Amino acid sequence: MAKFMFSKRKKYATIPSEHSKVDVPEGLMQKCDKCHKIFYRKEMKKTLNVCPNCGYHHPLKAWDRIEDLFDEGTFKEWDKQLTSVNPLDFPDYEEKIKKDRQKTGLNEGIITGEGLINGQATSVAVMDSSFRMGSMGSAIGEKITRAIENAREASLPFIIFTASGGARMQEGVLSLMQMAKTSVAIKRFSDSGGLMISIMTHPTTGGVSASFASLGDYNFAEPGALIGFAGRRIIEQTIREKLPEDFQTAEFQLKHGQLDRIVPREEMKDLLTTLLEMHQKGRNDA
Amino acid sequence: MKHILEFEKPIINLKEKIVELKKFTSESELDLTEEITTLEKRLAELEEDVYGNLKPWDRVQMARHPERPTTMDYVEEIFTSFIEFHGDRYFGDDEAIIAGIAYYHDQPVTVIGHQRGKDTKENIRRNFGMPHPEGYRKALRHMKQAEKFNRPIICFIDTKGAYPGKAAEERGQSEAIAKNLMEMAGLTVPIICIVIGEGGSGGALALGVGDRLHMLENSTYSVISPEGAAALLWKDSRQAKRAAETMKITAYDLKDLHVIDQIIPEARGGAHRDVKQQAEYIDLVIKQSLEQLSSYTKDELLEKRWEKYKVIGEFE
Ligand SMILES: [Zn+2]
Repeated sequence: MAKFMFSKRKKYATIPSEHSKVDVPEGLMQKCDKCHKIFYRKEMKKTLNVCPNCGYHHPLKAWDRIEDLFDEGTFKEWDKQLTSVNPLDFPDYEEKIKKDRQKTGLNEGIITGEGLINGQATSVAVMDSSFRMGSMGSAIGEKITRAIENAREASLPFIIFTASGGARMQEGVLSLMQMAKTSVAIKRFSDSGGLMISIMTHPTTGGVSASFASLGDYNFAEPGALIGFAGRRIIEQTIREKLPEDFQTAEFQLKHGQLDRIVPREEMKDLLTTLLEMHQKGRNDA
Repeated sequence: MKHILEFEKPIINLKEKIVELKKFTSESELDLTEEITTLEKRLAELEEDVYGNLKPWDRVQMARHPERPTTMDYVEEIFTSFIEFHGDRYFGDDEAIIAGIAYYHDQPVTVIGHQRGKDTKENIRRNFGMPHPEGYRKALRHMKQAEKFNRPIICFIDTKGAYPGKAAEERGQSEAIAKNLMEMAGLTVPIICIVIGEGGSGGALALGVGDRLHMLENSTYSVISPEGAAALLWKDSRQAKRAAETMKITAYDLKDLHVIDQIIPEARGGAHRDVKQQAEYIDLVIKQSLEQLSSYTKDELLEKRWEKYKVIGEFE
């Protein structure tokens, strides 16, 4: 596969924001989850959590991604306060939400907003798998839906980075219905001519994979990301056979025609910039 | 009745006893009419008590009842001249979903539904009503055709879920489901969706985006099966009964959560006791829904569909 041709990307200064304060460094060194080599945390931060040795893409916190992508001082967050309630009166659910809020500094497993990527105005939704494994409940569905509606009204492109194990069990069928709700919003947005780019990061499975993550005009994925509908274990139990190692990886999905491209993290900003420019130009020329 | 559910046993026992006494009365000198009348009164009370107070787990058993009517049973009762059409035009024909056109009281409509088998042999052919991507793509092909020819769409939902298999993943199960959700949102004809048995997760939802969503009284609709939820939440699939209560999956629960429009009552003891009567109940609701929806322009229809989904969910 031809590589997306760009020079090594320039470093853009990032916002030393209040958000990064939540991450207390756990020491100077960081070990790669895949090849187990040890690196300076500083070095890993520079490569956006991609292993300098083996290229393994570790999960990236939503705010780190936003700070990397958006031009300094341009990002404006939407619906920051929006958060989950306990519609089914599910035992211990509120406590779990509270705990993850303290742990992550987020109100929910997603950040939405607008800003400039190399001068190109866009809206964005970035999921964060460190909050209840990025599972989708009513609050996440509502934030995505509002973001898409905002994008439609302001004629902005909509970019979404997904990272989710799927439905949030504790919200039952309301969680399932967020798949429908976001899809209806995407249809309205798409019919208005809006550009939607979906980037699936590790993991993007279940109901998230089977709704908005797969509904971009362009569907991309980060290398090695787990992407699929049903879980590996359930499939193995059902068909009574061992699945290959690469099953449901981004590479597997690309091979089976389910993705437009696999995009390494270091190339993401350049690719998005070019895509946004091309579509803007297409609009202006029309 | 071949298949008896646990909670129905007292009713069945009493019924048998009454039959015995009646037989005895007709064959002997002894007149037991008084006893029989008493027992019949007790039976009526017992039925009221059992069927009037079904617990979520009881309803799960009802929804999964081996004799529960399937999509095809209702198609035969409610519609005329049904013609089934096959294939997704890309890969194959998935018999876990049936699709075709028919008359609904002289009005041409498109009918689509999950289809379980009646016996093991048919279930294998229909993959127990658990679709592959080609099933959803076949459904979408028919929905687009319905739009072209201005036919309302009636969807019957009855599946444990989309099939969790290797081939299904390779052919894009996620994309097939996602595409249906998005495309159903934009179809300019009325869509009426009815859960008739189990509504399992995304595999059910992929036939379930529309202008009206109704559920039979003893059907269920959930993000995961009670067994699956129990395994995930308590690492113990034997706690399915508890999960059925906690997860709020009955028609009454979904009505409370403002997810569905109407609960369609069932024949006493469940839909399988009287398919004809059940079909009449469903027919009535389809008729009402179509009447309401036929007065909308295409733009109004889409706007109201959006408003319906926009408000689903609870947050602060
Ligand atoms: Zn490594």
